[in-house]
Amino acid sequence: MDKMPKWADVILTPLISLILAMAISALVILAIGESPWEALTTMVDGALGSSYGWGFTLYYTTNFIFTGLAVMVAYHASLFNIGGEGQAAMGGLGVALVLLYLPLPHWALALPAAMVGAALFGAAWALIPAWLQAKRGSHIVITTIMFNFIAAAALNYVLVNLLRPVGSMDPASARFPPATHLPKLSEMAAGIGLDWGRNTPVNVTFFVAIAACLLVWLLIWRTRLGYEIRALGRSEPGALYAGINPVRIIVIAMLVSGGLAGLMAINNVMGESERLVLNAVEGAGFIGIAVALMGRNHPFGVFLAALLFGFLYQGGGELALWTSIPRELIVVIQALVILFTGALDNMVRMPLERIFLAMRKRGRA
Amino acid sequence: MTAGGDTAEGRPETAAPAAIELRGISKAFGPVQANKDIDLRVPKGSIHGIIGENGAGKSTLMSILYGFYKPDAGEILVNGQPLTIADSQSAIRAGIGMVFQHFKLVQNFTVLENVILGVEDGRLLRPSLAKARGVLKQLAAEYGLNVDPDETIEELSVGHQQRVEILKALYRQADILILDEPTGVLTPAEADHLFRILRGLKAEGKTIILITHKLREIMEITDNVSVMRRGEMVASVRTAETSAEQLAELMVGRKVLLNVAKAPARPGAPVLEVRELKMVDDEGVERLRGIGFDIRAGEILGIAGVSGNGQTQLLEILGGYPEKGSTLSGAIRLNGRDLPLSGGGCNAAERRRQGIGHIPEDRQVEGLIMDFTAWENVAFGYHHAPEYNRGWLMDNAAIRDDAEGKMERFDVRPRDAALAARNFSGGNQQKIVVAREIERNPDLLLIGQPTRGVDIGAIEFIHKRIVELRDAGKAVLLVSVELDEIMSLADRILVMFDGRIMGERLPHQATTGDLGCLMAGVDPATTAPEDAIPPAHKHVEELPGESA
Repeated sequence: MDKMPKWADVILTPLISLILAMAISALVILAIGESPWEALTTMVDGALGSSYGWGFTLYYTTNFIFTGLAVMVAYHASLFNIGGEGQAAMGGLGVALVLLYLPLPHWALALPAAMVGAALFGAAWALIPAWLQAKRGSHIVITTIMFNFIAAAALNYVLVNLLRPVGSMDPASARFPPATHLPKLSEMAAGIGLDWGRNTPVNVTFFVAIAACLLVWLLIWRTRLGYEIRALGRSEPGALYAGINPVRIIVIAMLVSGGLAGLMAINNVMGESERLVLNAVEGAGFIGIAVALMGRNHPFGVFLAALLFGFLYQGGGELALWTSIPRELIVVIQALVILFTGALDNMVRMPLERIFLAMRKRGRA
Repeated sequence: MTAGGDTAEGRPETAAPAAIELRGISKAFGPVQANKDIDLRVPKGSIHGIIGENGAGKSTLMSILYGFYKPDAGEILVNGQPLTIADSQSAIRAGIGMVFQHFKLVQNFTVLENVILGVEDGRLLRPSLAKARGVLKQLAAEYGLNVDPDETIEELSVGHQQRVEILKALYRQADILILDEPTGVLTPAEADHLFRILRGLKAEGKTIILITHKLREIMEITDNVSVMRRGEMVASVRTAETSAEQLAELMVGRKVLLNVAKAPARPGAPVLEVRELKMVDDEGVERLRGIGFDIRAGEILGIAGVSGNGQTQLLEILGGYPEKGSTLSGAIRLNGRDLPLSGGGCNAAERRRQGIGHIPEDRQVEGLIMDFTAWENVAFGYHHAPEYNRGWLMDNAAIRDDAEGKMERFDVRPRDAALAARNFSGGNQQKIVVAREIERNPDLLLIGQPTRGVDIGAIEFIHKRIVELRDAGKAVLLVSVELDEIMSLADRILVMFDGRIMGERLPHQATTGDLGCLMAGVDPATTAPEDAIPPAHKHVEELPGESA
């Protein structure tokens, strides 16, 4: 019998974690002499109060969906992929190469081509850690972290020495051809006569991200591959007994994970900046870990958690803009949310389980 | 006699205060009532058996007695004095000692260090060690508890490790000794020696509580026996006035066939031929030293032996997944065709396609994914089967249907295919595995410890199904550490010791003593050469004839 009803597990626990994180954040804001209530209203207003705010919130959400799904898929194979950051950066390189060197006449053609490039580069960046883990037992946490640094350095080199247009002082690639411009949601809204989210970066990739959630759900819970990934993640001896090849599954799961992280580049590189710049990922790879944890490693949960972090990102930016709360404190607030929803999950979960058990016992007696 | 009819009051030893008396002990874990209003009276200087199926609440009761759990209600009297046992320290102070099924010894400490661990007299170890050495010597002389005090635990055989656990308890001045399934890991000879020790302790006035599911042991050594069923104490009787059949019936709540009724085997052509099979693991230890045997269609070949003598490796190799990094030689033939021992063709999926089913030794680690639902587990290993799939996707509805049918036919309870495997009892988990493997109708079924941790009712059921498979003309390889199981189920018995086959017996000719010798590495007919016993097994020296 389960310890708690499913709704308590999936909704109540993260909600309480979130409230705890907000309470401590409020104390911190009080301690520096600002009003927590004002901070909260500024954040909510700035992120959700207007279509402009929503446009940014959903843009960040899109990033976090991809990196969250990446962590989630690997997690089901019991692999902790911390390399989303590097894989997403490499995905950006894949996007840039495809868009700069293939003559693509229309965004509808450019999008699938760039997706292939992004996924291939992201997956390739996950392949070496996966191989080392599967064959040599090198711990994937260590190798993927190191590969983040390698990716950053390699991208730096490529941008400065290879992709930088002649005469430019900026370590960034040339702009992608205008034909490959992805429609923004605001433009699509304008197309049907709506004034929604003008000058916001959210674009069609948002729908790709939602499709990715559905596909990942199918993969993990409806295919033989997903079955084998989950089986291996829970018991390697069991997998061997069932004729599942651990090396194969570890490599495939990491390829899928890296590919998903790489796909984030469609949103930020192709959809937003329309050229490859340094540090394009901006920590979204790491946020993906918190998103997957908070989303209970389910695509629907990942979607909701990504939305929350999208709100925190956009709301935090607004906070820095309109209040005298320093930028660093916003990072503190985001970190508290990650800490409570991700790392300290059991702190809330276990007392809750005890409460539910006690309630059930009383209900019986 | 009806269950519950005989209670403690019916017995004569009521004059002196009992060593342990429990009154109305209850304990619930969430919705599960593990112990319900338990009364128990253990007279001083007696050996008291507690018997019951898995999950009957024996271990919970003993954990309460040892201070691990606090009872929800009821009272504990030790030597007539009411006592609250808050933790194991107060249990020890009350003179209660516990020998766990899984020993709690520090592997790289010596016997002496383990004995004084936690009861050192001061900051310096030397005086404590010297004192313990003296006490140990005296205990060894008194009870035949011989162990070299300076040997490290990892060098000792399982039987000796258990003696160290008993010594630890006695060193802490335990008058009441609780032993939880003490013979599970012992050879028959080691078990006999343990019983001699226990009788010696009883003669000195110690009280012993023996928790076991082996009826034979209860009948052999106990004075009184209490039977638990579903958290309740259903009977307490004098051992001399009962029988194994009656106890089994009390445990299960209905009549049980202890011995499998089966017709003589009618073996056909050889299904499995194993020749000169050798295996060296990744640390260079030779685990199998040239194994050869045949199994014919329509026969059950039993492999007896103390666990850890190569049976696990044999099953894994036949199942298609030899240990990582091991090197193999020899040959395996199934229905006359060679099976690869390594490379791409050597995996469990391929072996299943060839017609080998496998009920693994450890259902919780291998046979089932504990977090998966029952229906997901029914497809485990066969998830590529066409009937479970529709194109790219798995046909979950079909798997569910099949699972529900299997649970119905194998009487898996509760009959809820959506429940996670971990929420079933051991016996029902095993039934899921057995249903999955047997209903595939394999030419050869590999079975490891089919009834480990399984209750008597389910054991009977599983045994019946295995015999049915045999009668349908299939070959069965049965590996078990339970001699009773091997002797009642197998048509031929091989005994494994240290990676070799020590000998072959027919069940109706074999005696426990004879098989016990083989299990200890000694062939009673042609005494094995000295070099057959490697250093690690030097301590397996207790033979039935050895004087204590």
